[in-house]
Amino acid sequence: MGALLQVESLNVGLRNGAGVVVPVIENLSFEVHSGRTTALVGESGCGKSMTALAIMRLLPEDFVITGGRIVLEGEDILSLSPKRMRALRGNGMSMIFQEPMTALNPLFTVGDQIAEVLRWHQGLSASAAHAQAVEFLRAVQIPALEQRVNAYPHQLSGGMRQRVMIAMALAGRPKLLIADEPTTALDVTVQAQIFDLLAKLQQDTGTAVLLITHDLGAVAELADDVLVLYAGRCIESGASADLVGHPRHPYTRGLLGCVPHLKLGQRMPAVWSDLGEIAGMVPPLGARGADCAFLARCRDASDVCRSRPQPMLEPIETDHAVSCWRKSEIAA
Amino acid sequence: MTALQTVQSSDDSDFLLDVNDLVVHFETGKRRPFQGPSYVHAVDGVSFRVRRGTTFGIVGESGSGKSTTAQAIMRLVPVTSGQIVFHGRNILDLAGKPLREVRKQLQIVFQDPFSALNPRRRAGDQIREPLDLLNIGSRGERDERVRRLLGEVGLPPQAADLFPHQFSGGQRQRLCIARALAPEPDLIVCDEAVSALDVAIQAQILNLLKRLQRERGLTYIFISHDLSVIQQFCDEIAVMYLGKIVEQAPTAGIFVEPRHPYTWSLIAAAAPPGPIRDELKRRYLVKGDPPSPVDPAPGCRFAQRCPSATENCRIVLPQLDAIRPHHYVACHRVGELDPPAFDAAAMGNPVQQSM
Ligand SMILES: Nc1ncnc2c1ncn2[C@@H]1O[C@H](COP(=O)(O)OP(=O)(O)OP(=O)(O)O)[C@@H](O)[C@H]1O
Ligand SMILES: Nc1ncnc2c1ncn2[C@@H]1O[C@H](COP(=O)(O)OP(=O)(O)O)[C@@H](O)[C@H]1O
Ligand code: SF4
Ligand code: SF4
Ligand SMILES: [Mg+2]
Ligand SMILES: [Mg+2]
Repeated sequence: MGALLQVESLNVGLRNGAGVVVPVIENLSFEVHSGRTTALVGESGCGKSMTALAIMRLLPEDFVITGGRIVLEGEDILSLSPKRMRALRGNGMSMIFQEPMTALNPLFTVGDQIAEVLRWHQGLSASAAHAQAVEFLRAVQIPALEQRVNAYPHQLSGGMRQRVMIAMALAGRPKLLIADEPTTALDVTVQAQIFDLLAKLQQDTGTAVLLITHDLGAVAELADDVLVLYAGRCIESGASADLVGHPRHPYTRGLLGCVPHLKLGQRMPAVWSDLGEIAGMVPPLGARGADCAFLARCRDASDVCRSRPQPMLEPIETDHAVSCWRKSEIAA
Repeated sequence: MTALQTVQSSDDSDFLLDVNDLVVHFETGKRRPFQGPSYVHAVDGVSFRVRRGTTFGIVGESGSGKSTTAQAIMRLVPVTSGQIVFHGRNILDLAGKPLREVRKQLQIVFQDPFSALNPRRRAGDQIREPLDLLNIGSRGERDERVRRLLGEVGLPPQAADLFPHQFSGGQRQRLCIARALAPEPDLIVCDEAVSALDVAIQAQILNLLKRLQRERGLTYIFISHDLSVIQQFCDEIAVMYLGKIVEQAPTAGIFVEPRHPYTWSLIAAAAPPGPIRDELKRRYLVKGDPPSPVDPAPGCRFAQRCPSATENCRIVLPQLDAIRPHHYVACHRVGELDPPAFDAAAMGNPVQQSM
């Protein structure tokens, strides 16, 4: 069986004030399979959300897809009519946005908004839809549910809005669910519950999930496959356990070193030791040249990196590809 | 809770801040028929002391009252009752000039660095603002201080002339920190100051805050829902649940021997992946909703979700008592309940924890 979603050599650009198109995403390729989770990982500004929006065909103005194909169940998304595209959003694919307010209508109660999705995609009666909407809200653990069903989005806290949006995204029973940093705003207990919930949904319905996150540490157990993006380019990809267990690219290794891990049952040393950090920041759009995009921040950079363009994303073993001139030297 | 607890610590110069039985209630809009108004018990009798030059962490679920506690200390919300003793004085009694003086020494950094900055003012002017407002130094001295502060938080001097939207999220948070540092405060409250940042920038900001603490002897109150960040960053930790501190202990102890069932649940949710975490979740992660903070029922606030709750728990409110020096727990059953074991053998699982 083929992939549910195939992204092939996707290129996205931004038309700047002078009418010049600067690259935002370059040559990105990946697949998402039914019942499986693919994660896109990277610092903010690396192009994760733009990839998601390109798939949903919801890119903001001035952003253009300059090359590549996006295929969902054999349908080439980039050539679909707007009408077909609208039908696809919801039960073909749906998205949990990073900013919940962008997806919720401020004029309707959250219960009504979810019920609307259910009536539209499942043809339920008004009362059945409302009853199911309550069930979806219960599933995402909205406290004091009875009052919240009739609340407007602005009356909820950020975390609660996020949960409402998750409920709404699930209501259409999509084949592909794109989750853009779905739990960053939530506290840990709820995060754990939401991920359990997503996993259960995936098991029950075979939904394919494209998970977007900056937390590489969380990815190992949540995703089957991982792509690490840096400055709009995929610099490492592979099966998640392998990639997180044996990262090869200096950026991936840096990202893993940034995450503090809870240490249980052992006394911590009383003195502070700095967290690993990657000095500097992601080069902004328009300032990305042909050489390795990570060059300016890379501690492993050598002459070869400075004299040649960014290397191809090349397999280093089965299911693990890296774009780095020194990939073989950097021990796993 | 006994009302008038007197302040015995004002002579104790080890402690910079002493929060004493702090209560913040908000009246809810709704009035029930034939009854008085109801109240959100956002903070309901919270007491703690913060040692000079250390970091005091507050952790807890959304709505547990962390930000309200922080805002009460900053005098940004009306306090219902209690005392906040800073530099030996109850700042809740202050107004006018003495309050402005205290404000220099107390600063806050918020979660969302964008909404905390004025989009139409240049970065340099915003860092200067507290200096202007509090009338610190001459014009030239203020400009000089702005330049120095930018350098200290790792921004170039030219950054002073840019507007907030020209910075990335991490750089904006650096600006907020520079602004908080400007009046040379003794205490900085960080309310989810790194929660909105991605892991790479979060590490940069945490390292920066620690360096500034070392160099300037700063005291922090550090609010976060991320236990691993709290563990890394804080010297002492208070766990809040529905307006109350349910456990408080030095960081070194609380992750070795946590004693409150709610702390166990938080730890279970945040433990590193693996068989031990699975077992912790199975045993200790609580389900269901946190109850409403409006007119909470008597008894232990956690009783509705606590797997160990008894009839007594639902009736009598447990006090925050010391179970050993510096370790406080509010649970009736603290003596009978065994804390979780964190090694594979004790969990009945032969697999070694990776770490
Ligand atoms: N101005 C207000 N009026 C009414 N209720 C309020 C007000 N501010 C806060 N609350 C309520 O007080 C309680 C504590 O809120 P607080 O913001 O302190 O929580 P928190 O622990 O900081 O949560 P989070 O982790 O979501 O930031 C919540 O139930 C909240 O809804
Ligand atoms: N509306 C916009 N106008 C101009 N540039 C934008 C806009 N939204 C995002 N960008 C830029 O596009 C790039 C990719 O952004 P995004 O996909 O949102 O990153 P991520 O989701 O990985 O944080 C970044 O350089 C970002 O600054
Ligand atoms: S190619 Fe060179 S500069 Fe780029 S990540 Fe590899 S070692 Fe670093
Ligand atoms: S007092 Fe009772 S309900 Fe509260 S935490 Fe202890 S055992 Fe649980
Ligand atoms: Mg994004
Ligand atoms: Mg808060």
